[in-house]
Amino acid sequence: MTNALELQGITKRFPGVLANDQISITLREGKILALLGENGAGKTTLMNILYGLYKPDEGKILVRGKEVEIQNPNDAIANGIGMVHQHFMLVPVMTVTENVMLGVEPTKNGVFLDQEKVARRIREISEQYGLEVDPSAYIKDLPVGIQQRVEIIKVLYRQADILILDEPTAVLTPQEVEGLFKILETLIKKGKSIIFITHKLKEVLNAADDITVIRLGKVVGSIDPQEATPEKLATMMVGRDVNLVVDKQPAKPQAAALAVTDLAVRDENENLSVRGISFEVRKGEILGIAGVQGNGQTELVYALTGLLPVESGEIQLLGEPIHNATPRAILERGVAHVPEDRQRHGLILSFPIHDNLMLCTYYKKPFAHGVVLQEKAIFSNAEELVEQYDVRTPNIYVNVGTLSGGNQQKVIIAREFSRPIELLIASQPTRGLDVGSIEYIHKQIIKKRDEGTGVIVVSSELDEILALSDRIAVMYKGQIMDILDAKKANKEYLGLLMAGIHPSETSKN
Amino acid sequence: MKISTLANKTASEKRKQIAYGIVLLLAGFLIYLFFGRNVEAGVTTTFGLNIAGSQALKVPDLIVPAQTTVYMMMALVVFVGAFQLARGVRSTGLLLGILAFTFVFAFLTWAAQAKSFNLAGMLSSMLVRATPIALAALCGVISERSAVINIGTEGIMLISAQVAVVVGTLTKNLYAGLLAAILIGGVVAALHAVLVIRFKVDQIVSGVAINIFGAGITAFISSRFLQSGTNALNNSGSFPIISIPILSKIPILGPMLFENNIVVYLMALTVIAMHIVLFYTPWGLRTRAVGEHPKAADTLGVNIYLIRYVNVIVGGLIAGLGGAYFTIGSVGRFDEAMTAGKGFIGLAAMIFGKWNPFGAFSSSLLFGFADSLQVKLQILRIPIPSEFLLMAPYIITMIVLTGIIGRAIPPAADGQPYEK
Amino acid sequence: MSATVPPIKPTEAKKTSSALGQALLVPILAVVTGLIIGAIVIVVSGASVAKAYGALFVGSFGNPLDFFAALKTLFASGDSAALIKAIYPFTESLVTATPYIFAGLSVAVGFRCGLFNIGAEGQFFVGALCSAFVGYSLQGLPMLIHLPLALLGGALGGGIWGMIPGYLKARFGAHEVVNTIMMNWIAFKLSDWLLNGPMKASGFRPVTPNIQASAELPRFFSDPLRFNLGFFLALLFAYLVYWFLFKTTLGFEIRSVGANPDAAKYAGMNIIKNFVLVMAISGGLAGLAGSAQVLGVDHWVGQGFSAGYGFDAIALALLGKSHPLGVVLAALLFGFLRSGATNMQSMAGIPIDIISIIQGLVIVFIAAPDIIRWLYRIRSLKAEETVLTRGWGK
Repeated sequence: MTNALELQGITKRFPGVLANDQISITLREGKILALLGENGAGKTTLMNILYGLYKPDEGKILVRGKEVEIQNPNDAIANGIGMVHQHFMLVPVMTVTENVMLGVEPTKNGVFLDQEKVARRIREISEQYGLEVDPSAYIKDLPVGIQQRVEIIKVLYRQADILILDEPTAVLTPQEVEGLFKILETLIKKGKSIIFITHKLKEVLNAADDITVIRLGKVVGSIDPQEATPEKLATMMVGRDVNLVVDKQPAKPQAAALAVTDLAVRDENENLSVRGISFEVRKGEILGIAGVQGNGQTELVYALTGLLPVESGEIQLLGEPIHNATPRAILERGVAHVPEDRQRHGLILSFPIHDNLMLCTYYKKPFAHGVVLQEKAIFSNAEELVEQYDVRTPNIYVNVGTLSGGNQQKVIIAREFSRPIELLIASQPTRGLDVGSIEYIHKQIIKKRDEGTGVIVVSSELDEILALSDRIAVMYKGQIMDILDAKKANKEYLGLLMAGIHPSETSKN
Repeated sequence: MKISTLANKTASEKRKQIAYGIVLLLAGFLIYLFFGRNVEAGVTTTFGLNIAGSQALKVPDLIVPAQTTVYMMMALVVFVGAFQLARGVRSTGLLLGILAFTFVFAFLTWAAQAKSFNLAGMLSSMLVRATPIALAALCGVISERSAVINIGTEGIMLISAQVAVVVGTLTKNLYAGLLAAILIGGVVAALHAVLVIRFKVDQIVSGVAINIFGAGITAFISSRFLQSGTNALNNSGSFPIISIPILSKIPILGPMLFENNIVVYLMALTVIAMHIVLFYTPWGLRTRAVGEHPKAADTLGVNIYLIRYVNVIVGGLIAGLGGAYFTIGSVGRFDEAMTAGKGFIGLAAMIFGKWNPFGAFSSSLLFGFADSLQVKLQILRIPIPSEFLLMAPYIITMIVLTGIIGRAIPPAADGQPYEK
Repeated sequence: MSATVPPIKPTEAKKTSSALGQALLVPILAVVTGLIIGAIVIVVSGASVAKAYGALFVGSFGNPLDFFAALKTLFASGDSAALIKAIYPFTESLVTATPYIFAGLSVAVGFRCGLFNIGAEGQFFVGALCSAFVGYSLQGLPMLIHLPLALLGGALGGGIWGMIPGYLKARFGAHEVVNTIMMNWIAFKLSDWLLNGPMKASGFRPVTPNIQASAELPRFFSDPLRFNLGFFLALLFAYLVYWFLFKTTLGFEIRSVGANPDAAKYAGMNIIKNFVLVMAISGGLAGLAGSAQVLGVDHWVGQGFSAGYGFDAIALALLGKSHPLGVVLAALLFGFLRSGATNMQSMAGIPIDIISIIQGLVIVFIAAPDIIRWLYRIRSLKAEETVLTRGWGK
């Protein structure tokens, strides 16, 4: 039996970076190959080469034993390769049908779109593979899990038999992940071959037939899932022994730092995203907020930090109301915010490091006397923080945009942690970072807790929530399903809550 | 569940309802203050419904008692305003329609009291004056649907206007002038496309450069070649009116819609054609996808650059047609800066029309209306300086852009260059 | 929209001199290429380039031979009349550059906050009208009070004219590019009315009365040299704008909002305040350009008073990379070009609009340095990202 797909010696250089270095992988016909690697290991680059989005500098691609040239996505599609991207490639304001037909539109009279024909075909595919979806629905109205189905249907509509799924579980609840694995099984049964890209160890062990691990753009090795353990895989992935658990002492919670009562918030499009939630964060504890992305966590954080107005309800910081205060007023009362999107909110990429390190306090002494900026104080502050927080940079004058993601995040951490704070809100603090930076940032957060700061960690990574939290709140559709002690929490239970199912009322569902 | 405790209407919706109600009541008060008090009792206002020289069947003019009419308009708007405050009307379009209708009609009744105002003439010139604005707006729609902002419409129209008249004069053939105008529009737009797609120049900057360049080169040519006494290059004449048989006989609507020159008809065809292409053909589907989520289109093998080049150039052809309107479509000669901001007003019409061809066309009619009203009012010699009436289209543009009257969402990728 | 042009930091001077060379090379080559294409246009229109650009040079710098001859006369006989005549073109260029400096600063300040003010034209006009009004209507004041008042009037008028689109942008997200253009047309119509009505001087022409002598910016030489205090005022303002943008917290806020409005909001900055403030400052500077022209040069305002200053200002800000020093240099360049072009029009019959063509081209080349690099085969040192726009506001 021939292999469905072989990559041989693929090399890709970007200015200053060797993204892929002589990578060779093999996908067997009718099997699932898991491609495991850290963020930034070069997995996505490799798949983009395979899909014709990038051109490799060296190496060749063999489809069913025959060498092929893939210049663009059309070539990939012609060779039966389909890709489900990490960030869905769907046009939100268009229907499922329109999204599926885009690029290969059948026409009536050679001119007009034939939507009915496509819708019929979508229904056929739905039935054949168990991918239920309404062809006339608009993407923006569909939940993430269904959007992923649309992506898979898009690929199947183009009659692909080699499917690449790039981090397909990142946005799913554990139950949805189960559903996805069922779909993958069906696909395999119908003769498809699948490459499954991920950085999550356990998924790999569950689903894959073969595992190939990539680190720093190179293949570290392949391993049989039967012989693999999470520890073994983690070591291969990171290149050293990894402490999968964060060291921390039990929390010593004190008085309430933050009290939220019946809070409701509307997002920028006026949709009610936070629907009446109440909780408390005490000094010296970490409250983890878990949930699938897009269930109101972002809006909750924005409301707490003054970036979105509060529709109703109350927020109290140390007993003082702060709802609908300006971001500055909240900031000055000692709320630090490590924002979810560090490049959009947290930093001004075109400004030097020293300016970013005083972004929230530029108007205060010692950075300013009256309205006049004090460069000496600004520079010395930056030198100090860069040193203290181990920001790897040639000097403090380079633009923050030139730093790596981990170092950018360290700049934010340095800025936010270095001023006197009562409450720390860290949103997706380690998203997209390498293991070293993750460990460092987790340590810093726990250190803040131990200093007596109230901490909220919002994350869609359950592992991170479980590692850091003292208590865990799970958000679903703008509400808190439950708040539980971290010691009593486990993934399965949290997963059910994340899917909106309260285990105590299972009779309802 | 807490959801039910939150009222159905958001706070902002309620605020909006009250605001609209107050605006309507205010309009009623203003109608009384400005018009009601200043209308003499017993005087009538005549609204002419026929246009001299048109083929339409004659109908009797509309003669109304001025004072009664003004007060009726006031009563209507106050009633609707009170209803809005108490209950709320769902359609803001309806509210604004009533607001505009009552205010304008009361205004006209007052302005033309004891005189005659040619309503049919104004409506007919509304469409004509909307034509260049609509074409500029359509140029914007087709470009921006593929996510390329073209703010250089004004410059393109100036250049096309000049080329139209020069070619028309030289060849003594207006159709050659028209064709040349359209083509040069496409060429200038292609330049914009190369700059913003190939060289990734900031789209607004490129547009502004085209405007400056267009104003400069047309003024340069105009003062060097077109000022000679003989007008050997700047005297093309203009397209004749084409009456469509039978349809043009309909009173009021006939002369408005079916007695126009070729530029107006082509504009109407463009509106319809663009609507069909955008929403019913593969090209339109791809265009919209490229405008909303270019990366998604790219991963499906859609050639983003091709789509953008073609759409921007087609937009230029349409703007070129708009340029032709100014010279061979109306006065038959070129004057410096004769587009007078119409290209920018077209952009406002595009935004107000929510990036849809028919929407853009309808909003252009609004501007055409303001423009033609202003011209007709000057004839009536009302006690408002004509300069202030001339400001009307510009002020309306600014009001429209505030989005108070409905906010539109542009294509998601609008204005962003595509990087692989 | 945002102009993310990094300020020149003392520390950045450490960068290789070739980087600085590159930074200057593109603007210089952009201007040179603009002039070359301008020359082609002149040839195509059937005139002599040598004659045209010769007239341009003499018109902007004066004739060197005349200058030396005049010096000789001065030393020989003490007669300065010839010398004044010889330096007239040069001083006239500085006079032309004066409003350019203000107007260029106006657009540059907007760019720094991510706002594209293409309404400097209208703001200029309104500023000039306000200054003229203060200048002729107040009588019997000493110069020390009257002149500052007249300048303040211009700054306020232009400031308000700029503030309106700034507010509409901040409050409603209405795009300032379209709105500032609309404000231009409203300004023109308003001035038509004012100059034919309330502000009309006695006589037939639609112009304002002459301003009082106490409101005039003092001139340094006797007629016909119009070189006046305005030029140094403009340089002072360029320094003030530099200090404000790069050395104060307010400037830091403005630059932050321009570079990343989301991050600025996160950092507690008030976006609405900054948009309104910046458009007011921008409008005020454009208004001062009008003031400088009225109070220093014309002493009255008539229809068609502002001849394309708004569009010129955009070219200046882009050419000067939105840095006050760059703007001053660019303004001097265009001052000399414009001033010389007047001579070119009368001597060589080349319409002055050729300068607009060159300006349009210079803007394109500055915005697309790749074209220049490609034309002259310059190796790019570093991909320099200059993000200026972000679609329609929201």
